[in-house]
Amino acid sequence: MTVKEMAGRLNLKPAAGLDAMENEVAGAYVCDLLSWVMAHAGKGSAWVTIQAHVNIVAVACLLDLACIIVCEGVEVDADTLEKANDEGMPVLTTTKDAYSICCGLKDLGI
Amino acid sequence: MGEMVKLEYRVSSEDFERAGDASSNTKKVLKKIGIPSDVIRRAAIVTYEAEMNLVIHSMGGEIVVEIFPDRIIVTAKDFGPGIPDVDKAMQEGYSTAPDRIREMGFGAGMGLPNMKKCSDDFSIESEVGVGTEVVMTLYI
Repeated sequence: MTVKEMAGRLNLKPAAGLDAMENEVAGAYVCDLLSWVMAHAGKGSAWVTIQAHVNIVAVACLLDLACIIVCEGVEVDADTLEKANDEGMPVLTTTKDAYSICCGLKDLGI
Repeated sequence: MGEMVKLEYRVSSEDFERAGDASSNTKKVLKKIGIPSDVIRRAAIVTYEAEMNLVIHSMGGEIVVEIFPDRIIVTAKDFGPGIPDVDKAMQEGYSTAPDRIREMGFGAGMGLPNMKKCSDDFSIESEVGVGTEVVMTLYI
């Protein structure tokens, strides 16, 4: 499933990286500790987090993640969005919490 | 065997805006050269963690990435303050990062263990008041 389709079905709001919405979502990973994500998140994962500062884009790009889903209405920093646009990393936002998003991802077969 | 490419990055203390640039650029270069993707992933992880350690803990330093035909050597060297207990610093979950850094998701105590795990050869030398040097080799 593409990031675009996933975003549509889970009602996630695309905030940046719109030109990479065709990325394939191979799985999902939930964590707010960046080093933990670096160690464990698999390539092509949708990363579910409440971190929204610019460094999340570096982590996601280094690991070839499919996208970043920022939960619970956390406001994403402007420089994060700018970097995500530059690097072509989709950032999606939602007011739902990580658990709800993961349930949704599971229902989608991810 | 001759050296192919050498990348050098200056990393400033507390520069969270640019943190990740050295590792991102390294990854792009490795990709362009055509290094296998599993090696790129490991190189990206060790360079990122080294870079973040310099940003979070050091008084500034540099990262040098040397790409040879058969291996990649990543060296992170800083100007202090040095690690009082290296064995402790190598333990998963041990961190001296302050709360404001932890709230950003850093300081999980996973940096050095991740770097060691992703390297084929790993060495760390540190002297309080002088600095720390970490050398990581990944075979291609």
